[in-house]
Amino acid sequence: MITEKIQKEIIDNFNMLDDDIEMSLNYLMELGEGLEPMDEDLRVDDNIIKGCQSKVWLTHTFVDDKLHFLGDSNTAITKGLLSLLISVFNNRTPEEILDSKLFFINETGLCRFIGTQRSNGLEAMENKFKLIALNALKNG
Amino acid sequence: MMSNFPISEVRRDFPILDTKINNNNLVYFDNAATTQKPQSVIDSLSNYYSSYNSNIHRGVHHLAEKATEEFESTRETAKSFINASSTNEIIFTRGATEGINLVASSYCKNFLNKGDEIIISEMEHHSNIVPWQMVAKENDLVIKTIKVTGIGELDIENFKSLLNEKTKFVSVVYISNTLGTINPVKELVKISKDAGAKVMVDGAQATSHKNVDVRDLNCDFFVFSAHKMYGPTGVGILYGKEEILDKMPPYMGGGEMIKDVSFEDTTYNALPYKFEAGTPNIGDVIGFKKAIEYLNTLGRENIYRYETEIRDHTWNELKKIDRIKLVGTSDSKIGIFSFYVEGFHYYDLGLFLDAKGIAIRTGHHCTQPLMDKMNLDGTARVSLAMYNTYEEIDYFIDELKKIISK
Repeated sequence: MITEKIQKEIIDNFNMLDDDIEMSLNYLMELGEGLEPMDEDLRVDDNIIKGCQSKVWLTHTFVDDKLHFLGDSNTAITKGLLSLLISVFNNRTPEEILDSKLFFINETGLCRFIGTQRSNGLEAMENKFKLIALNALKNG
Repeated sequence: MMSNFPISEVRRDFPILDTKINNNNLVYFDNAATTQKPQSVIDSLSNYYSSYNSNIHRGVHHLAEKATEEFESTRETAKSFINASSTNEIIFTRGATEGINLVASSYCKNFLNKGDEIIISEMEHHSNIVPWQMVAKENDLVIKTIKVTGIGELDIENFKSLLNEKTKFVSVVYISNTLGTINPVKELVKISKDAGAKVMVDGAQATSHKNVDVRDLNCDFFVFSAHKMYGPTGVGILYGKEEILDKMPPYMGGGEMIKDVSFEDTTYNALPYKFEAGTPNIGDVIGFKKAIEYLNTLGRENIYRYETEIRDHTWNELKKIDRIKLVGTSDSKIGIFSFYVEGFHYYDLGLFLDAKGIAIRTGHHCTQPLMDKMNLDGTARVSLAMYNTYEEIDYFIDELKKIISK
């Protein structure tokens, strides 16, 4: 699986935080701040991911058989989580995305920090990436 | 001035308050969602299941007798707690929500006619909105809403202007779960009754903080939940005036609520059992009595006095932080503070406070129409209870300042 390396890097980075919840939240906030900016006019209802407690927008371009993602959220922590997913899926082919299994969420203990209600939102985000990949594959 | 409220003793009675969350002492500020339980309530649940669990009424054996006696004694205690006239006026439900649904379904469906009007307010919890919408849709009734002012009070003049000969029912909240506003319900009841309407008061947020006297309020119905007043989840009470409850048809069919059943017809049991179909939540009803006794022992005037002091302290400290915008600033309020911070989402705030062991609620607090009215999609909400302390409030304020300066 091609996304294995990047997922392992994420796990290593979180391991350095010693399970400290506040440091993990700060780190997520920083990651979110580093996300490639999304234009205001792309933050529309059509691009909203349903099932998330906070607002999350995701859009993409499909060039040279690779998907490029742009995303944003109205909350800093969710934006951090979104940035992790984008770092895993960005500039991959639809096949690579569909072939990926996200193991970093469990192994970083992020689930424990973000709780069940919120990890449902994370699942909604993952599903959206895969749906985009599936549509790209179908429609070319 | 600090009152002589026995705060240390009270805290010792609530074992959960010693919990550590992320290596910090738990600071529980989500009391409007549910309160914690004293040891006496916890023990009574365990004692029921370990020594006299049995189905109530009709049993001839010792355990059934004992369980029935304890169950019914909660009804007696609840009757005195709200000063109802008779235990026939005390209906056990699953909570305030079920009480409202019961009245909407049994009373309004049967005694209101097409075009009749029901008045609620803009600050209602969804549970005091949706049941009325359901019955209105089914029976062609009209719902009108009392406006809320900028500081979060009900606009009484607006209320008066909504009343007319078609107004048959008014259902309003005693204390707002989002704003903390204590509404002048006695006045609202009088205005409604002068206009010929029946009135229900949603007392879910009131009974743990204030003395409630349903006869003094003169409301026709009053609902509340055990879990918001230190009792178990899954139990509530619908109070209704006996002469009205008597005329209302049952809401659910089943065991307990019947007198005689044949395939041709069924005659219903008397009050209060006609509204209590099926085996009730026996253990939790029994535990509920201990919660009421706990409040009675401390005295709600004493509780209210102490809670007002910690409310004022919280309020003063929050006001000092420029970026905090409070929603609901009526002088007539309990220690519920809804607020937002410019440039810092309430959801992030809730997560960072949780990292410090502080439990608050974030979101729309089941009052979406109120949020829409205030042009907000949600707030952070701190809701205090009698076991909260000055130290906890100071710790929260310090952490809040640190977090929002991130």
